[in-house]
Amino acid sequence: MSLLEINNLQTHFFTSGGVVKAVDGVSYHVDRGEVLAVVGESGSGKSVTGLSVMGLIDAPGRVVGGSIRFDGREIANLPGHAMRQLRGARIAMIFQDPMMTLNPVLRVDTQMVETIHAHREMSKSAAWALCRDTLGRVGIPAPDERMRAFPHQFSGGMRQRVAIAIALLNKPDLIIADEPTTALDVTIQAQILHLMQGLVEEDGTGLVWITHDLSVVAGFADRVAVMYAGEIVEQATTDSLIEAPQHPYSRGLIGSVPSRNRRGARLAQIPGGAPPALNRPEGCRFAPRCAYRMAGCDAPQSLRNNVRCWRADELPAFDEVPA
Amino acid sequence: MVYVIRRLLQAVFLALVMSFLVFTGIFAVGNPVDILIDPEATQAERVRLIAQLGLDRPFHEQYFVFLGNVLQGDFGNSFVYNRPALGLILERMPATLELAFAAIVIAVVLGIPLGMYAGLRPGTAGSQTVMAGSILGFSVPNFWQAIMLIMIFSVMLGWFPVSGRGQVGEFMGIRSSLFTLNGLQHMALPAINLAIGHLALVIRLARSGTQEVKAQDFIRFARAKGLREPRIVLVHLLRNILIPIVTLVGMSFGGLIAFAVVTESIFAWPGMGKLIIDSIRQLDRPVVVAYLIVIVVIFIILNLLVDLLYSLIDPRIRLDGAKQ
Repeated sequence: MSLLEINNLQTHFFTSGGVVKAVDGVSYHVDRGEVLAVVGESGSGKSVTGLSVMGLIDAPGRVVGGSIRFDGREIANLPGHAMRQLRGARIAMIFQDPMMTLNPVLRVDTQMVETIHAHREMSKSAAWALCRDTLGRVGIPAPDERMRAFPHQFSGGMRQRVAIAIALLNKPDLIIADEPTTALDVTIQAQILHLMQGLVEEDGTGLVWITHDLSVVAGFADRVAVMYAGEIVEQATTDSLIEAPQHPYSRGLIGSVPSRNRRGARLAQIPGGAPPALNRPEGCRFAPRCAYRMAGCDAPQSLRNNVRCWRADELPAFDEVPA
Repeated sequence: MVYVIRRLLQAVFLALVMSFLVFTGIFAVGNPVDILIDPEATQAERVRLIAQLGLDRPFHEQYFVFLGNVLQGDFGNSFVYNRPALGLILERMPATLELAFAAIVIAVVLGIPLGMYAGLRPGTAGSQTVMAGSILGFSVPNFWQAIMLIMIFSVMLGWFPVSGRGQVGEFMGIRSSLFTLNGLQHMALPAINLAIGHLALVIRLARSGTQEVKAQDFIRFARAKGLREPRIVLVHLLRNILIPIVTLVGMSFGGLIAFAVVTESIFAWPGMGKLIIDSIRQLDRPVVVAYLIVIVVIFIILNLLVDLLYSLIDPRIRLDGAKQ
């Protein structure tokens, strides 16, 4: 049994313009100590999937179907108080912009200690000490002093470390990280990745790493789920996805990583943009942008062998495609 | 500390400028001699009085004499009461202060929760009622509200006295009608009347602040940490909406003290506002000048307090005005 098992999850937003099916039948699973990367461009539904697991979908959005099993227990549409007890205790989440995730008017120690006290009884001094040690663990120098600082006195990378420390405080079984390195400098990105990798290994925590940046995924994630327009289009181990992507969209994503392109040649790209959420193609959602499109692509596609493309077997091997 | 000293110096300069403006303004209107002197007086008596009051001297000399006296705490004697003008004002000040204080407390204690409720639950019947009420609150004229309050709660229901200030009690050396039941009964209607407009403003500010802050990432992160809703609302949200509200309260408080005139007149509340109206009507120069300067000083002090409060509420605001 996996730590987290999402099955055919449907999260819809009921807007005045119509129903936005942000997550439209997504399934994935994560085991303890495993890193799953969820890759896709903005609006593909990868963050909404994460927020659905956390029970943090705000109106007009709602989880309308499917199941989310956490540690064997169904948690989709769990009542608020039961979900609150899980959040921050057994499932933690880290967000994209470290400048925005800490409350600007509260000291770091306040924001950390409250996270402990929301879930268990502990003396103030013990909680404080635990928070300080956790700050030290995520590599913040002089944690004793920094505990008393305000968020604006930290750099972006340090703030993300604070957010990670907060996520770790209650020793969660699962961490959902929503693009936690996107807003950071490349060197800081590498540090944070390294840090997270070490932490999940130590604690055996399951990690869902949501990103749009494939280069982050290689060498870090165990498996990758590629999302497009509210669906998973391909799921594979990291190595096989990077070396032999099956779905035309995954091929496009990997093909567009600049390091793969020959110097001097035009950069590869996927033509066009993602379809608007209110007006998606009837059949294969990627078809309008797909280089391998043909008549049969007008039918809705289902996942076969973890690839949502009926022609996947016929396509030329990825290596033979000119970059 | 440097900041506070600099602010105080600015305040002194501001007070100086104001004293000049006030003096010039009052110099330009009317001739106090006409009121002061017996209409039957001879020309010689008249000239003597003018010389005695120093009104024959050039404007700038008069101003410096005035300034010198003010610096020694002497604003001159009231023409009407023939007593020191400043004493006359300070005598009335507690009545006005307690009224303004009660009004601000009503506005804040009701306004912040109502506004936050409206911001957190937009579209519900309760929230729409609150917002409609707040529009009424600042669009219905103050004097009319006062008359309606008296008609409904004093005349028809008989719950509160119609006018006047009730008994004054003493608590920790402060004498105020806040400390007796009778005093509170007398104060209820004028305080509510003063509060309504500001209550409406506080509601609007609290609501717009709440709507802005509740969409921020740090609120979502607070939820992701599993915090209980009361903690999110009362600590994370409230602290972040306080700055504009503190500004408003600071400014309102000054305004309430200075311009409680209408309410004080209608409810016959023996405060400064009523005194100033009477003094203007009687061209009682020293009282008017002293009043205006007292008000300027009050505004300056309030502004300073508001700035100091900012830095307590929001650590990003340093007192030298720079953002870190």
